Amino acid sequence: MATTLAKADESVEFAARLEHVSKSFATPGGQQLVLDDISIDVAPGEFVTLLGASGCGKSTLLNLVAGLDRPSAGSITTDGRPALMFQEHALFPWLTAGKNIELALKLRGVPKPERRGKAEELLELVRLKGAHGKRVHELSGGMRQRVAMARALAQESNMLLMDEPFAALDAITRDVLHDELTRIWAETGLSVLFVTHNVREAVRLAQRVVLLSSRPGRIAREWRVDLPQPRRIEDAPVAELSLEITDVLRGEIRRHGQH
Amino acid sequence: MASTETTPVQDAGSVEAGLDALETTTTGRPPLRETLVDKVLPPVAAIAVVLVVWYILYPVVDDPSKLPSPGAVGSAFRDAWLRGELLGYIWTSVSRGLLGFAFALVIGTPLGLLVARVKFVRAAIGPILSGLQSLPSVAWVPPAVIWLGLNNSMMYAVILLGAVPSIANGLVSGVDQVPPLFLRAGRTMGATGAKGVWYVTLPASLPGYVAGLKQGWAFSWRSLMAAEIIAQFPDLGVGLGQLLENGRTASDMAMVFEAILLILFVGIAIDLLIFSPLERWVLRSRGLLVKS
Repeated sequence: MATTLAKADESVEFAARLEHVSKSFATPGGQQLVLDDISIDVAPGEFVTLLGASGCGKSTLLNLVAGLDRPSAGSITTDGRPALMFQEHALFPWLTAGKNIELALKLRGVPKPERRGKAEELLELVRLKGAHGKRVHELSGGMRQRVAMARALAQESNMLLMDEPFAALDAITRDVLHDELTRIWAETGLSVLFVTHNVREAVRLAQRVVLLSSRPGRIAREWRVDLPQPRRIEDAPVAELSLEITDVLRGEIRRHGQH
Repeated sequence: MASTETTPVQDAGSVEAGLDALETTTTGRPPLRETLVDKVLPPVAAIAVVLVVWYILYPVVDDPSKLPSPGAVGSAFRDAWLRGELLGYIWTSVSRGLLGFAFALVIGTPLGLLVARVKFVRAAIGPILSGLQSLPSVAWVPPAVIWLGLNNSMMYAVILLGAVPSIANGLVSGVDQVPPLFLRAGRTMGATGAKGVWYVTLPASLPGYVAGLKQGWAFSWRSLMAAEIIAQFPDLGVGLGQLLENGRTASDMAMVFEAILLILFVGIAIDLLIFSPLERWVLRSRGLLVKS
């Protein structure tokens, strides 16, 4: 796989580095600025959540980091190509759960005899042992997202980008998947950049929460979350910090109504 | 990560197993008996009704040159079978039809992909291709006879002109309906360019493509029959179309009925044996075939 991106080695001190990234799109009314001067460093193994209301350009930002789009200004450096997970599972319905994972392995160049075993291992990691032959439509929403996670992990990137991956799930399933993600993150040492509009989810998961303002998306504030994992979303310190962040977020949103 | 005094979450795995069990429903194939009652019985009953009506009408019309008795048509079948010609008629037409269809597949598939993926080609021939679909392919028989003469290549040309637009258009609409999310997901995994087409676009467009194949077969079978009725030549052998025409020239209504029934049955049989199972398999494996 030809890539001009930095290769994984000891000297890399960041998993992703965004420097003064701006992005604007052409609209009928002229150029519309979506992201304005975003600078973020994600350290190797760090878990960062990007938090913001509608129109903050969260998904645009992830697309840029994933290399699906180019910034209008500024630069993005990543340590290899990051894996990306979407709100919808985006699994291919013509393949079984296991074959979806094997396709990711194949595209990465893993030789055929090794693929099956690796796919089984990844399924075991997301606690879906025995689901290799299951069709996507036979799985529940939570199971699909776990297969999608296994497929993303199959890319063996150093970084996992997640675009509101649990937003469409019911609260119970989401809660369990938070536990799973935390466990897998701790086991694999991946860097995670996780986009959400759910403040508690952001605090529950992250080591660092970055709040984006809307239209255009700018970095409004950052919080370190020095709470030990595993956390629960009901924990008092999580609730306390969530409250503080929510107030700032509401302030940001309120500004848009004052015209 | 260091564990702390907060409530342990070690049981996440078992909670998850419980959720998985609660939210998964297993669907299997229906039992054979149910299939027989639901799928086989109704058409058999319909055929029985047609036969009964036929038996009642026959003495009313009372003119075997207009309406032959079911018995006469039956013996036309039996005689053709005893002469050893029945399978020959069928095979002459079916082999032509399937070979022509295979050619159409080889031409229509890359053509459809080209139209779907290359903007210029789509703008240039896309509308013509969909227009050709509404042109009855029978209309190609006279020019094909003039260009190629009364021979097999003329029949294949007519089949191609009937089936290629359907196959190509099916693939185009299949590709158009591929969710952009699949393409994005594919790209993040490294499926770009030809790999993206092979691993994502083509399999994702399979339902539309198969629908195109099905329609393409129906069109090519119809146009082949038209071509066979018109192209009478001893060297061509007797297919179902020629059988029909022979019946007409001999004013043998039983033979005409025999030919029409054979054309109908072969068309249905090919669809039932090849295209319907293919379509059902594609849809079922994607969870798109919902039992009502």
